[in-house]
Amino acid sequence: MRKNIGYIFVFSILLALKNQLNPIGGRLLTRKPIVSIVSAGLSKFGKRRGLFGRELFVEATSEAFEKCPNLDPRKDIKAAFIGMMSESLEHQGHTGPTVLDWAGLLPIQAFRTEGACGSSATAIRCGIFAIRSGLADIVLVGGVEKMTHRNTADVTEYLAMACDFPFEQWNGLTFPGLFAMVATAHMHKYSTTEEQMALVAVKNHHHGALNPKAHMQKEVPLEKAMSSRVIAWPLKLYDCSLITDGASCLVLSKPELARKFTDTPVHIIGSGQASDTIGLYERKEFTSLKAGRLAAQEAYKMAGVEASTIDVAEVHDCFTIAEILAYEDLGFCKPGEGGPFIEEGQSHIGGSVAVCTSGGLKAKGHPVGATGTAQAYEIYLQLTGQAGKRQVKGAEIGLTHNVGGLGATGVVNIYSRE
Amino acid sequence: MNFAKFGKISYVAETKLQEFEKHLETGKVMGTRCKSCGQTYFPPRADCNCLKGDIEWIELSGKCKLMTFSTLYFAPASFRYEVPYTLGVAQFEEGPAVLAPFSKEIKENEIKVGMSLRLVPTELIGGRMIYELRKADS
Ligand SMILES: [Zn+2]
Repeated sequence: MRKNIGYIFVFSILLALKNQLNPIGGRLLTRKPIVSIVSAGLSKFGKRRGLFGRELFVEATSEAFEKCPNLDPRKDIKAAFIGMMSESLEHQGHTGPTVLDWAGLLPIQAFRTEGACGSSATAIRCGIFAIRSGLADIVLVGGVEKMTHRNTADVTEYLAMACDFPFEQWNGLTFPGLFAMVATAHMHKYSTTEEQMALVAVKNHHHGALNPKAHMQKEVPLEKAMSSRVIAWPLKLYDCSLITDGASCLVLSKPELARKFTDTPVHIIGSGQASDTIGLYERKEFTSLKAGRLAAQEAYKMAGVEASTIDVAEVHDCFTIAEILAYEDLGFCKPGEGGPFIEEGQSHIGGSVAVCTSGGLKAKGHPVGATGTAQAYEIYLQLTGQAGKRQVKGAEIGLTHNVGGLGATGVVNIYSRE
Repeated sequence: MNFAKFGKISYVAETKLQEFEKHLETGKVMGTRCKSCGQTYFPPRADCNCLKGDIEWIELSGKCKLMTFSTLYFAPASFRYEVPYTLGVAQFEEGPAVLAPFSKEIKENEIKVGMSLRLVPTELIGGRMIYELRKADS
């Protein structure tokens, strides 16, 4: 008996030490809010002719502020973090104060975050840092990208700046090309098929058809996806996400203040981020995006939840193969089983986890800087029961997975409704 | 002599790796090795990740195995007149890997993951220096 008490005593000390190592709060957090989403906004995604990027951003903030009448934006918001990838597209730098000015939010301090296609997920991370540091109780995080006014070859060139300049770009490398090489490696190692990849497109276009803010709102049958023209073998047109204009934002608060602004806050309960080599040639493995995997491990641990707990997830489906990698990297299935996972309908609404109910980057569209917070917007809708025809019944725990470039940046956040 | 001629296109000619281009011009595939931890880099790096060692230049055999590839039918604006072209990642016998274009001497239907290849320095018309993947016996 005495011996047992001794064991319990030693165990308690070890547990206390372990909890000290937890990065946030100095104690083990289990489904405890880190920060809370009290409102969210999303512009219509698509070819938004006739609008500057900053005007798209105003569409997003207007929605978020209208939905949150208790918020006095200029007074309550203490900092803003805005994701944008490329100043080449609009020939406009100094994004932070520019978009804040047009959104009527001067003189709030503004920061631009850049992590290629993961830019606004890193904005969410900065918002978390700001709130948890105690320097700001309420922050605006968001993202914007205006793309469709440029021709596709130019956009492809600007996006390729997120791969390695001295040793990759000179080959004429593109992001379809990079993810095609990932697909070739996955097909070779795990016998993944072009049809399995196309099934991701069919699913996400089906979801996109249910989302009134999606860029493309129509079904794409499997035969059409399979027979579309080759962009970078083995990837075809319908394996690629859309070049889109759009903006998105979230209002984040300290969890203790959330109820002041809304009766239905959504809490971020876990968050992780990691970096990897920019060059594909320097990777040890081509069939997994390590930074996304490490970010997921960190986020799951912080949230105290497992992959099997996730009800709904927005993952980085910039190419169909990337969604298959995400199933594996997030632990929804084992490495190599992503192909069968989509084939069995596990990632459909009603499957083991509903993935990309918004239509994803594939159908909702991929205005690169806006994508990270747009994913969080969809999870916010799902967890507050506002997702309309694509609502996942009883969704309680959600996840976003946003990667930059070929995964040199990886960010995963986990969300819980109250 | 600088880095301005390396690659089909270059944006910054200033680097500690300037002699890499000179080696390509003499037909050599040169990487770097850290004198402290022994890590080999190709493409070369001037500063090792171990943050300690000086680096030295070493010649690689050029012998490599194909790890993955893709044929591109749509290119960035600067490459629009070159499509289609095939790019691959191949791992050298010495350990590191390279992303490079395939020589036109290899037909697309001959390309298979795992095939043996050789990375060969190549001068383009106009004097730019690149390297490309050729058949192992070339
Ligand atoms: Zn070293």
